[in-house]
Amino acid sequence: MMKFFKKIYFYLILLFLYAPILTLVVFSFNEAKSRGKWGGFSLRWYKELFQNAEIMDALLSTVLVALLAALISTVIGTISALALHKSGTFFRKTMINLTYLPMMNSDIVTGVSLMLLFSFLHFELGFVTLLLSHITFCIPYVILSVMPKLYGLNPSVYEAALDLGASPLQAYRKIVLPDILPGIISGFLISITLSIDDFVISFFNTGNGVKNISILVYTSKTGVKPENYALSSIMFGAVLILLLIINIKEKKKATEGNY
Amino acid sequence: MKKNNLLRAVALFPFLIWIILLIVVPVILIAYYGLTNADGVFSLDNFRQFFQPNYLRVFGRSLYLALLATVICLLVGYPIAMILAGNTFKRKTLLVVLLIAPMWMNFLLRTYAWLTLLEGNGVFNTILQSLGLPKQAFLGNVNAVVFGMVYNFLPYMIFPIYTSISKIPKNIIEAAKDLGGGNVICFFRIILPLSVPGILSGVTMVFVPGVTTFVISQFLGSGKITLIGDIIEQQFMHAGNWGFGAAISIIVMIAVVLCMWLVNRFSDDSEVIMP
Amino acid sequence: MKKIALLLCLVLCFSVFSGCSNSGKTVLRVYNWGEYIDESVIKEFEKRFPDIRVQYETYTDNEIMYTKITNSSTKYDVLIPSDYMIERLIGENMLAPLNFDNIPNYSLIDNKYKNLDFDPENKYSVPYMWGTLGILYDKTKVHEEHFTWEMLFDGKYANSILMKKDMRDALGVSLKSLGYSFNSVDAGELNAAKDRLSAQKNNVLAYVNDDGMDKMIAGEAPMALMYSGDAAYCISENDNLAFAIPEDGSNLFFDSMVIPANSEHKDAAEKFINFMCEKEIAEKNANEIGYSTPHTGVYEALPAEVKNSFAYPETDILEKAEIYKYLGEEITSMYERVWSEFQASL
Repeated sequence: MMKFFKKIYFYLILLFLYAPILTLVVFSFNEAKSRGKWGGFSLRWYKELFQNAEIMDALLSTVLVALLAALISTVIGTISALALHKSGTFFRKTMINLTYLPMMNSDIVTGVSLMLLFSFLHFELGFVTLLLSHITFCIPYVILSVMPKLYGLNPSVYEAALDLGASPLQAYRKIVLPDILPGIISGFLISITLSIDDFVISFFNTGNGVKNISILVYTSKTGVKPENYALSSIMFGAVLILLLIINIKEKKKATEGNY
Repeated sequence: MKKNNLLRAVALFPFLIWIILLIVVPVILIAYYGLTNADGVFSLDNFRQFFQPNYLRVFGRSLYLALLATVICLLVGYPIAMILAGNTFKRKTLLVVLLIAPMWMNFLLRTYAWLTLLEGNGVFNTILQSLGLPKQAFLGNVNAVVFGMVYNFLPYMIFPIYTSISKIPKNIIEAAKDLGGGNVICFFRIILPLSVPGILSGVTMVFVPGVTTFVISQFLGSGKITLIGDIIEQQFMHAGNWGFGAAISIIVMIAVVLCMWLVNRFSDDSEVIMP
Repeated sequence: MKKIALLLCLVLCFSVFSGCSNSGKTVLRVYNWGEYIDESVIKEFEKRFPDIRVQYETYTDNEIMYTKITNSSTKYDVLIPSDYMIERLIGENMLAPLNFDNIPNYSLIDNKYKNLDFDPENKYSVPYMWGTLGILYDKTKVHEEHFTWEMLFDGKYANSILMKKDMRDALGVSLKSLGYSFNSVDAGELNAAKDRLSAQKNNVLAYVNDDGMDKMIAGEAPMALMYSGDAAYCISENDNLAFAIPEDGSNLFFDSMVIPANSEHKDAAEKFINFMCEKEIAEKNANEIGYSTPHTGVYEALPAEVKNSFAYPETDILEKAEIYKYLGEEITSMYERVWSEFQASL
């Protein structure tokens, strides 16, 4: 019985999280331009979406920034975590506290401070500054998801590898890396998620016509255009496919019995 | 060993550049702008300008609404995290992704979508009308702003708590039950205390963005509920008064760090957890 | 895992290169009001001048544009600010004088829109559009015989108004409703205007920029403070709407094309301005965005019902209207301070 209520509660929260998304999907098929009124089923906005260079550019920038930022911050974050792990306690603690700063600082302060930096350096706002700002707020999450895995390592295995003639780099690659891989992957995924979801930091650090989806939505002040509804449903479709893949994999795992 | 040290120095190089150039220097710049006037001379005018009833009221409101949203997120999110960590569902990865997935659709699109639902002639009101009920003004008030915060930041509360609950070894819980502890005792004595690190990072990740959001107040609050983020945005993007904007940013930063420090005193384990 | 990484690299390389395919062209940076052009015009310009690529950005009010061009290192080539902002930019030596030999189509602009107060010798600007500030209302919900600014502050319209978030417009309307000038420089008057705006909160349904247009079309609110051009667009989408220019005197504004002094592509910018003054192009823009055109040919070709509409008001209305002036650095920062205090009072 308890299980039943738990399930109901969980599904209710899911409904809450997905309600606006489902609305977007439904209205993307709406012939009428105005919200809230149903003008009949149509694929009109999908056609217009693919002809709208601005939205397509924004989509490309969003994906590109997310992938690049996640990739770069995962590499930097992982290497830094490895190096910090081996550093002296005082240095490590100071550095980790500094790493917390962008997380404690609200988005707006991080965004504004980076904007001040770029303007101070006479850096032209655009794709590069957007990417740099995203890397900045992603790195802490990578470090903080890799660190715990490092603490859980058994140091003697690494030392044994050295004793057996492996170079430190080899030992890292063969021994340490596989063990911390889950941490690295989750750091990467968190970075992608945060980058796609971000608005505030992008808002202060982009310019020169470079827009990601959040900037596009914010600047198209006549309200969300129906094309954006279509865009959301396509993104939602992509997410659904991903869910399906995960679902199948989990099923496989379950049947293989190594769950 | 020497080689090792060299390797570490090389490995730390990008990290140090990042920390110094993109974190420490920008914060110093904020302080610089906040503490100088238009002629670049040291002055506290920007701070003085902030300390008047209107701005303080907006700041207080921002802190209060963010706190409210945090508490609601905690109350709503904790059970979800427990359900997720328990054995109600089999396919946990799927459910975790299902909860994260809305974030891949972008914060602004989702917030805008709520407008479609909540507007005067929106979907909800159309339904109400067809049931013969009077229309409701959902937007443009404090509730709408808190609602928007809860909606957008709820996943940030669920995941850290979920991670810390699933780290609790099952045998501890079983042992407690063997010793005669009921579900309630088990929860308050074992699960809750052991999930405190998760709660703390969840609270941080909801409260901090909540204090300074300006999109939610503009969209769902119809611009009628000014938050401190609106003022900062206004100063930087509109008024071009970077000194005042920077001063408010510093005040917000100090206040937030102070709040978080207070919260973190309840626990010495300040590890931030995400899935 | 390696395969995925490889694939990712390939995708990235591909996208980076595809982004560079435009290199070699002159990039013309145009910074304009949002929803203030027929975007097909930009494509046409690029077709006509294949070695120029237009990078088009928009802003929601003059102050945002000013902050952006003074603080960012991006060098724009064409701006379309309003009267008082042009006056300010000229005064601060931020505009380049135009070479009218490169803009022959300037002769197509009606003379009465030239040599206006903000650019008395007309050295820096070419008129793009003009309009008035007024009240867009829903005929089924608002029944007034006389429209005045006082309406916006009248207690009977609780939760009814979409109020513009523009500093000069909001403060100006409030000043005017109190019987002062749109260009008041008096601290006391300004503070009174601010208090009036704060008290107006109960009447306001939402504070908006261009998003007000969508809301009015959707029938969300009985009335909105709006520019005449935006209002014309809304009326074309929703028959229940109508526009009124308040009787106590409105604001008349001119938006003109200018070139910033730091532009690196002045020739291309002049080509663009000249292009925008071609009759077909100016006609397309005027039809799309609904503002009043300063272009002689375009005006003459308009159907009579447009010529007689609020888009081209009678002379007595125009004479009563005030044009915003640039009020100097000191007064402007007082406006900014008052405006942000108003925001904080909400």
